[in-house]
Amino acid sequence: MSRYRIAGKGRVDHGAPVRFTFDGRAYAGLRGDTVASALLANGVHLMGRSFKYHRPRGPVAAGSEEPNALIGTRRGPGRFEPNTRATMQEIRDGLEASSQNKFPSLKWDLGAVNDAAYMLFSAGFYYKTFMWPKSFWHRVYEPIIRAAAGLGVAPTEEDPDHYASRNLHCDVLVVGAGPAGLAAARAAAAEGLRVVLVDENAEVGGTLLSEPQAQIDGRPAWDWLAAELEALKALGVRIMTRTTAIGYYHQNLIGLCQRLTDHLDVLPADTPRERLWRVRARRVVLAQGALEKPLVFHGNDRPGVMLAGAAQTYLNRYGVRVGDAPVILTSHDSAWYAAFDLQDAGARVQAIVDLRDAVREELLNEARARGIPVRLSHTVTATSGRLRVSAVRVNPVTNGKVGAGQAIKCDALLMSGGWTPSLHLFSHTQGKLAWDEDRTTFLPALTPEDCVIAGAGRGLWGIAAALRDGAEMGREVAQALGKAGAALAHDVQNDRTGSGVSMKELPTDRNPGKAKAFVDYQNDVTAKDLRLAVREGMRSIEHVKRYTTNGMATDQGKMSNINGLMIAADALGKPAPQVGLTTFRPPYTPTSFGAFAGYHRGTHFELTRKTQIDAWAEEQGAVFEPVGQWRRAWYFPRQGEDMEAAVRRECRQTRASVGIFDASTLGKIEVVGPDAVTFMERMYTNPWAKLGVGRCRYGLLLGDDGFIRDDGVIGRMAEDRFHVTTTTGGAARVLNMMEDYLQTEWPDLNVWLTSTTEQWSTIALNGPNAARLLAPFVEGVELTEAAFPHMSCAECTVAGMPARLFRVSFTGEIGFEVNVPAPLGRKLWETLWQAGQQYGIVAYGTETMHVLRAEKGYIIVGQDTDGTVTPFDAGMGWAVGKAKPDFVGKRGLARPDLVAGTRKQLVGLLTEDGSKLEEGAQIVFDPKQAIPMKLVGHVTSSYHSDAAGRPIALALVEGGHERMGETVHVPMPDRTIAAKITGTVFVDPDNTRLKI
Amino acid sequence: MLLIHCPYCDETLPEAEFTYAGEAHIARPADPSALSDEEWESYLFIRSNPRGPHHERWRHLHGCGRFFNAVRDTVSDRFLTTYPAGQPRAALPIKEAAE
Ligand SMILES: [Zn+2]
Repeated sequence: MSRYRIAGKGRVDHGAPVRFTFDGRAYAGLRGDTVASALLANGVHLMGRSFKYHRPRGPVAAGSEEPNALIGTRRGPGRFEPNTRATMQEIRDGLEASSQNKFPSLKWDLGAVNDAAYMLFSAGFYYKTFMWPKSFWHRVYEPIIRAAAGLGVAPTEEDPDHYASRNLHCDVLVVGAGPAGLAAARAAAAEGLRVVLVDENAEVGGTLLSEPQAQIDGRPAWDWLAAELEALKALGVRIMTRTTAIGYYHQNLIGLCQRLTDHLDVLPADTPRERLWRVRARRVVLAQGALEKPLVFHGNDRPGVMLAGAAQTYLNRYGVRVGDAPVILTSHDSAWYAAFDLQDAGARVQAIVDLRDAVREELLNEARARGIPVRLSHTVTATSGRLRVSAVRVNPVTNGKVGAGQAIKCDALLMSGGWTPSLHLFSHTQGKLAWDEDRTTFLPALTPEDCVIAGAGRGLWGIAAALRDGAEMGREVAQALGKAGAALAHDVQNDRTGSGVSMKELPTDRNPGKAKAFVDYQNDVTAKDLRLAVREGMRSIEHVKRYTTNGMATDQGKMSNINGLMIAADALGKPAPQVGLTTFRPPYTPTSFGAFAGYHRGTHFELTRKTQIDAWAEEQGAVFEPVGQWRRAWYFPRQGEDMEAAVRRECRQTRASVGIFDASTLGKIEVVGPDAVTFMERMYTNPWAKLGVGRCRYGLLLGDDGFIRDDGVIGRMAEDRFHVTTTTGGAARVLNMMEDYLQTEWPDLNVWLTSTTEQWSTIALNGPNAARLLAPFVEGVELTEAAFPHMSCAECTVAGMPARLFRVSFTGEIGFEVNVPAPLGRKLWETLWQAGQQYGIVAYGTETMHVLRAEKGYIIVGQDTDGTVTPFDAGMGWAVGKAKPDFVGKRGLARPDLVAGTRKQLVGLLTEDGSKLEEGAQIVFDPKQAIPMKLVGHVTSSYHSDAAGRPIALALVEGGHERMGETVHVPMPDRTIAAKITGTVFVDPDNTRLKI
Repeated sequence: MLLIHCPYCDETLPEAEFTYAGEAHIARPADPSALSDEEWESYLFIRSNPRGPHHERWRHLHGCGRFFNAVRDTVSDRFLTTYPAGQPRAALPIKEAAE
């Protein structure tokens, strides 16, 4: 048996050894142990190095508030997690645990030189120490700090585990399954309410697990607990262990993180590692208990210095004596009981040092009966021991004066500075706190949520008080939900209640400027740092927090906040409630990214929309690109072709003969109704009233601010019916905007809007042979210049399929867009592909589409415009129906800033040296001006153009329309490129190629 | 996550079904061309941004698709009421109105 394990004691299974390793060394623990309890049973206190000074550290707590004992855990390839609390991680067979922040070894650490250089790292060090010389920052200081600091090491491999999420609705959610939570759940469930009881620990019971001496209703606490659990289950209470309530959100939505596999020896197949629950509860009972405060004195972070309540938990719950010869240091009654329990378990308590000058007679009698030396009105001024405490220096305090110190040998120092209600979740509700002078702590006051707090969470100490209050709160909640409500009464014997006082730093005879009295263990913040922050002008507790980083570590100051407040308040000379508490934010404890991501990872991170023709493109070896949520064929490389070669071939062949393009992702909105034309007149800049049935027009959509929002070709299919197309990415936005105006500004219009994007497959044919290829398949329309001129549309039949046929062109070539019911898309595509072989048809992707349109100066909204471009800026004043009395954006276009002459306008750019410009590159008029230069625009589109025989570009340039032929300059890292401003049409300016 | 009552569906549903749509009761002028630059600026850009009850528009996007009005307290983030578009501005609770 391990040296510090007490036979038969605790809730661990003494017949079930579990083997694990810590820093490569094998250890044995017992089923039910945490890593911390198992290591302590083996006499190991040193479990990590601190974050900033690399000081040796051991566990100070026994629960999720632990700031020091953070470990890495590994289970085979890929399964590695840093910063796990050794006090929460249950051991399992084969667990590989490792300590953190050590180099080269835990016992001998180079980074501890930071400890000697602590002056450099004092409060606000980030803000001042490394300010000079400037060049030293990124070359010297930063790499050193980066290497030295930081918690743990991020995993490098992809996490092979999966994570789940679920919704849950209940009448009452009880957070915390200690005596208060158990009693509340019982009272609510007894009324037939749906109750969920959650606890972050592996088993329920809370403080009952650490206090087996109590007798409840005539039974030992653990027997009572077992029976109570059965009763709750019989009442249908859903009990969830290893489940942390991580956040309390609006209207009683509580996030729970349930850990499902980390404690299991063998990983079950198909079980998520963690599950995130979204619980919507009609009422919430917060019964999270209280957290014990450390005391602040020089050397209070040495391994072996631990909270007294934690020692009691290790002893009673895990059967582990944390030391053979402990000293107790306290300002609260509760630590006395830890001393008694340890003495009764075979330890020799060296002294109980109490800062108070008087304690209850009963405690003194109990100590005397056990032969434990007691020192009232004493303080501890130092600890010694290299990697474990070996002695403490104890001094008398008389009228505030600290007398001569005396060393007491020990192997553990167990401290208690009293208890702080766990208010984190309550704080998430924007709940108001009230200062309680008696208990020198904040207690919960008002909350806007339907929530109550029970037990130690509102300052009620002891099992009897917690049971009573829990039952009462359960009754209150049941009544609020319309039930009669009743509270069970319990008889509790051997209860341990008590009181205490809150301290700031302990009195000392040492120079406080040299004291390493830690307030925040995890962030290595000392009392001296807090006082320095106040001296340097920090007044608000929020500023003190940020300047010192007190309470900003992953434990969010669970231990340090009240101590930090007491010290800051003292330094400020203000009462604590006036200084106030910093805000707690979710999550309550660090939560894995996996739990938050849930199912949303990999291909499930975001949905991928695919067209009916997507599979064909994949078969052809297309390279894809994401466009909004769509996956679109980017280009179709042949054997040995790179992107440039493929695009050049696709462009050339389309202009030479015919190209086929999947345009199905274009947004489509059906605008129908007696007032459809009126609606279109008001929404789009263009006039629609005179557009005949069977004709289509390029439509431009502005915001009421006058800037271009979207564009697309719109066909009038009938007097009362428009087939509107939008950009691929803009479909949902345009429909929302249309609905907004229709529903709220013009509710009198009789118009229906329907998204039809996914109803149609849209296939574009472009090129001189487009009509020749398509004509044989079309019934009902003759594809001649006379019968079906450019910008015509018709309902007809194509290859036997019902179709909407548009004659439009986004390439400058003869062009058609055939819309057929979506499922028929691939059939039509393959039909045209087969028939097109005689013309050498080429399938092209979005890149070729971009090149072909740029050669014609057709804009892409969102690429050549950026939300600050008007139709006139874009050179499309022709699309604005100036005679119309109103349309969305008309008044906006007359705003003073939109008619100013210095606006950026869309122009073409041709480089003088024939090089291709970079999209996004900035433009200047005078390349010789001093830096920073005046930027007058940027390149929006840039491509190699086979048809133009040179690279072409579109750009927004200040006053560009008046600068035709002028030279502008594009400064690049290696050189400055001169380019001439031209018009935006590079190919076939007279549109001769559009004619059949 | 908030719970929002859609006045058209007459159901209280999770916020994820809804989208926010700016301040309510700002009607687009009948004849924008008649407005001065200042008046148009005021319509287009100027919003009340109160601390406290705020009349605002929401859309039940992943539901019935309707725009509706709501009064939400910007301090507590609580919905005080919701009502169909086109109805007159909802009165504020007396306490807030007096402030
Ligand atoms: Zn609705």
